[in-house]
Amino acid sequence: MNKILFSSLSKKFVMALAGLFLLLFLPVHLVINLMLLKGNPEPFNKAAHFMATFPVIKIVEVVLLLAILIHITWGILLQIQNWFARPIGYAGGNKSETSFFSRFMIWTGASVLTFLVLHFFNFYFIKLGIVRGNPEDFYSVAHSLFKIPAYNYIYLTCFALLGLHLYHAFSSAFQTLGLNHRIWTPVVNVIAWVYAIVLPAGFAFISLTLWLFR
Amino acid sequence: MNLTLKIWRQKNAGAKGNFATYRMEDVSPEMSFLEMLDALNKKLVEEDKEPVAFDHDCREGICGSCGMYINGHPHGPVPAVTTCLLSMRYFSDGDTLWVEPWRAKPFPVIKDLIVDRSAFDKIQIAGGFISINAGAAPESNSILAQKKNADSAFDSSICIGCGACVAACKNASAMLFVSAKISQFALLPQGRIEAKERVRAMVEKMDELGFGNCSNTGACEAECPKEIKLTNIARLNREYYKAY
Repeated sequence: MNKILFSSLSKKFVMALAGLFLLLFLPVHLVINLMLLKGNPEPFNKAAHFMATFPVIKIVEVVLLLAILIHITWGILLQIQNWFARPIGYAGGNKSETSFFSRFMIWTGASVLTFLVLHFFNFYFIKLGIVRGNPEDFYSVAHSLFKIPAYNYIYLTCFALLGLHLYHAFSSAFQTLGLNHRIWTPVVNVIAWVYAIVLPAGFAFISLTLWLFR
Repeated sequence: MNLTLKIWRQKNAGAKGNFATYRMEDVSPEMSFLEMLDALNKKLVEEDKEPVAFDHDCREGICGSCGMYINGHPHGPVPAVTTCLLSMRYFSDGDTLWVEPWRAKPFPVIKDLIVDRSAFDKIQIAGGFISINAGAAPESNSILAQKKNADSAFDSSICIGCGACVAACKNASAMLFVSAKISQFALLPQGRIEAKERVRAMVEKMDELGFGNCSNTGACEAECPKEIKLTNIARLNREYYKAY
C-alpha cells in the first residue's frame, strides 16, 4: 500500500490534483477581491462573510487547506529526492533546452508560501480568532494594508512569481495526470499563458489602484 | 583545429576524481568525437600515461554505450546524435570542451567517463518484457495491431537506453526511459496482457534505485539522441493510474 501511495508517480498525481484545485480557487478569490475597488465596503464584507459562514464553503475550505498542505509537503519532499538523485553536478553547467520556468518551481513556490504566511496573519487567522482584529470588516483591513508601500512591494513581487509558477504548473498538471493530446495540449499551453498573466495582473491591478489612486 | 579538453579523470569508483586539461592540436573536422578521443588516447599511451576510459561499442548510434556529457549537453550540443556520431566540425578552433560522465546517484562512475548503467537493466528485468512460450516464430498477422499504434510503439522502441535523459534532467529522473519501455508494449496487443504488472514493477524499481522525479521540464526530450517524446511520459502516467 505504501508503495502505491508514496511512489514517485502517485506523489506527482496528488501534487497535480492539489495544484489544480488551488488553480480553480484563485479566480474565485480574485472576483471577491475586485469588490475592494468599490467605494462602498458592504459588497466585499458581505462576500467575505458569506465565504466564512456558508456551510458548503466551510467544507471546501477544509479541502483547500488540505490541498495547500499536501501540495507544499509533497513539493518539498519531491524536490529533496530530486536533489539527492544528483549529488554531484556538472562543471560545464546544464544547457539543455527546457521549459524555462520549470527550473525554478521550488523557488517560485517558496515565494508564494512566504506570501501565504503573511496573508494568513493578515486575514485568515483573524477569522479563526488567533490574531486580533475585526473579521466582519476585511475591507478596511485590506485598504489599510494597501496603503503601506512595503506591503505592495511584497505583494507585487509575490504575484509576479506566482505567475511564473502558474505557467508551468498549469500545463505540467495535465501532463502529470496523463492528459496529453495532439490537439488539446497546445490549447492547454495557451490557456496556461493567459492564466499566468491575467490572474496575477488582476491581483496586481487591485494592489496598484488602492495604493496609488485611493 | 586546436582544442583544449577538460576531461573528468577518476581512477576507480571509490577514488576522488578531478578534471585534467589536454591540448589537442590539428584535430580534423571530419573526425567523430570518439575518434578525437582515440587520438588523445594514442598520444597518452605514447607518452606512457593512462588513457581516458570511455564506453563505446557500435559507433553507429544504435548501441547506447557512448554517453558522455559535453559542454553542458549529453552527447554534446548537436540534437539527435549520440557521442559516436557527433562530428568535430560542430566545434571551432580554440574551443574549450568540458567532458564529464553522466551524473546521477543510480549511475555511479566506474572510471573516468564510464558510469555503471546497470540500473536501467534492473528496471528492464523488473518488467520490460512479454512472457511468451518459446517455439517456432508465430505468423506475424495472427494478432492484429492498428497501424498508428504499431508506428507509435516503434517510435518508443527505438530508445537505446543510453541514459542521456537521466543525464540531462535536472532531477536525474529516468521517466523518459521507463515511459519508452512501457509504451513500446502498452501500445501493442501482445503487451496489454501484462500491462498492469509491468508498469507497477518498473516504476517501483525505478523509485527503489534512487532516480529523481519528473517535473516536466522537457530537457530529456530535447537531448534524447533518438528523439523519444514527452508524450511517452504522459502515457506512463496513464498506464500507472490504470494499474490500480
